Amino acid sequence: MESLLQSFFGDNILTLLLYCSLPLVFLLLYALLAILGEVKVSAWMQDRLGPMRTGPYGIIQPIADVLKLLQKEDITPANADKFLFNLAPYLSFMSAYAALAVIPFSSQYVGADLNLGLFYLLAISSLNVAAIMMAGWASNNKYSLYGSMRAVAQIVSYEVPAAMVLVIVVMFIGSLNLQDIIIAQSGPFWNWIVFGGPKQDVMLASGHTLDASWTNLIFFPLFLGTFVMYYISGLAETNRTPFDIPEAESELVSGYHTEYSGMKFAMFFMSEYANMFIVSAVTAILFFGGWNSPFGVYLGDAFDAPWLVAVEQFGWLVLKGLFFVFMMIWIRWTLPRLRVDQLMYMCWKVLIPFSFGVALLVGFLVVIL
Amino acid sequence: MTENLDVLRQGIASGRLKTDELVLNMGPQHPSTHGVLRLELVLDGEIVVKIIPSMGYLHRCFEKHAEAMTYPQVVPYTDRMDYLAAMNNNHGYALAVERLLGIEVPERVEYIRVIMAELQRIASHLVAIGTFGMDVGAFTPFLYCFRDREYILDIFERTCGARLLYNYIWVGGLSHDVHDGFERDVADFIRKFRPTVTEVNNLLNYNKIFIERTAHVGVLPADVAVSYGCSGPMLRGSGVDWDLRRDDPYSIYDRFDWNVIVGDGAAGTLGDCWDRHMVRVGEMEESCRIIEQALESFPAAGDIAEAIPKRIRPPKGEIYTRVENPRGELGYYLISDGSANPFRLKVRGPSFVNLSVIDEISRGHLIADLVAILGSIDIVLGEVDR
Repeated sequence: MESLLQSFFGDNILTLLLYCSLPLVFLLLYALLAILGEVKVSAWMQDRLGPMRTGPYGIIQPIADVLKLLQKEDITPANADKFLFNLAPYLSFMSAYAALAVIPFSSQYVGADLNLGLFYLLAISSLNVAAIMMAGWASNNKYSLYGSMRAVAQIVSYEVPAAMVLVIVVMFIGSLNLQDIIIAQSGPFWNWIVFGGPKQDVMLASGHTLDASWTNLIFFPLFLGTFVMYYISGLAETNRTPFDIPEAESELVSGYHTEYSGMKFAMFFMSEYANMFIVSAVTAILFFGGWNSPFGVYLGDAFDAPWLVAVEQFGWLVLKGLFFVFMMIWIRWTLPRLRVDQLMYMCWKVLIPFSFGVALLVGFLVVIL
Repeated sequence: MTENLDVLRQGIASGRLKTDELVLNMGPQHPSTHGVLRLELVLDGEIVVKIIPSMGYLHRCFEKHAEAMTYPQVVPYTDRMDYLAAMNNNHGYALAVERLLGIEVPERVEYIRVIMAELQRIASHLVAIGTFGMDVGAFTPFLYCFRDREYILDIFERTCGARLLYNYIWVGGLSHDVHDGFERDVADFIRKFRPTVTEVNNLLNYNKIFIERTAHVGVLPADVAVSYGCSGPMLRGSGVDWDLRRDDPYSIYDRFDWNVIVGDGAAGTLGDCWDRHMVRVGEMEESCRIIEQALESFPAAGDIAEAIPKRIRPPKGEIYTRVENPRGELGYYLISDGSANPFRLKVRGPSFVNLSVIDEISRGHLIADLVAILGSIDIVLGEVDR
């Protein structure tokens, strides 16, 4: 992809900027789609039509929403810490955007092919906590403060099981590089990690060969559990129902972003949706083959068109990611919200011991097999 | 799960955990105070130490107004107290004045009144169940409940033209006779409505998270409920078998075969939020049964206006009449000095009395529980403040 851009624009800073802003373009388009998805899916689940007046079937509603937010007065409360208050939404969005850098959208496009990709992902998405804390504290509002305190406690807690789950996969594959993890799952869908991982030896991008055989099937129940644990932690980290305690509407009005309006609110909103996609994409990458086609073959190969393969791979990843985003929306409009102590119980007394147990078991199996 | 909280409480009590209290103002503009209730919360972290409710944001001097109105003119004011149960409010007031006057109303009027009151009870409980779900974070059941409430409001609209404040049950009769096809509409509604109860049960009431959130929360023991004067689902949720429709029968309720739903503590402790909620769910089915029986013996024709007095001047005297509203015992204490206006009209509003218990049952719970408790009390601020 980079070489393609270079062939058009030459090897200069413009190419680099363009290359870096591709995920932003994707993110903006995705956010519009996700907002529409949220309102439409919730409407269908609730026996309603949802927005119908803006465009056919209301499909340009998200654009109308964005325009509305752009026109809103940008309020900074008089008693707020103005610097932190204004910085927080951008920091929050930045952390979400920076995390996209290591997401491999296809075999040809990954913003930064880091060998420590997963590690970077964990680190950079934790920055969001700082932004939330900043927002809650700088707003000088008790509701915001409560919301941000809850959010910080929740996100920091749930990072432990999420990181442990990543360790399980890393232990199995032997690489922190996300491209490696995806390549290890190439071929038909039964090679996906959720189904026990690759069934024959694969050569990773790093040149290292991953020994595998059909005995990997014994990992199937373990990795299925791991997937569920990761998805639950992901829901908690993105503050989605049933873990939307930091912005629990019925208790805290809207938590840490109570005082935000206009585009600053939109930034928080965008970062929430971006985080939803990141969690979903990472779920797809770690457990569902990332950009691999579930059939193991590509249309592009049949037509001998490598660019088509890349497009297809992009399509598969986005499709898988959007499916998990849809699951989040589905869950949100189905379940009630947990209480703050139940949330912590779930994390520290259920997910963490289980993830450690599974990690121990997987580690043991990896060594003996 | 509660043991974590106990550890926290012990730590605070023994002084090992140094904490400071915080005052949080909740309302009058807050998404879950169900109107313009304002609660001043004294919090220890997330734990509620004390609640000071302040009311009066919706006070409209109803009782004083009534003194300047003639008896029939008071009826529209009663609509506006518990605006989710306007039919029941009308019914109670009409009964009070009728008893003062010594009027017997025609059979057909009684049947229509009971059917309307029970439909209104279902509509009111649907709002209570839906908003309670919303208070604990489940949005979808709320819309299912409102969808079915619409059918009831449609029936009301066809009969009397209004969807919320009906001014329908008058002293001695009704404002209009029912519309053509009323019986069919009501029967249709009941047929459509029953599956919703199952749907809401599956989606919300037996949901693990919902039970976790509401069981053992806001436990109201029966003796406390009685000493505070709680009534309605609030009292029955605590296991007290008391329903004015059966225990102090008015209108024609004694003719029907139905059960009083009482909380049993099936999911947690007797008298918790879940019990109160499930009493409402059960009562909707009982209301359906009453309506069905009333439809079977519904008098086909009759003049609904024959008992409406031309001139209402009750003899000197006083009366206390109470009816079972969806929220509990609604009492009208009426003093007549023989003139065309009530000398004094005092209303005992169930929401107001039920709300008074909130401080007692919310102490030591988390903010999230307080919201659930407030939702399970099911107040209507129009009636709290009157």
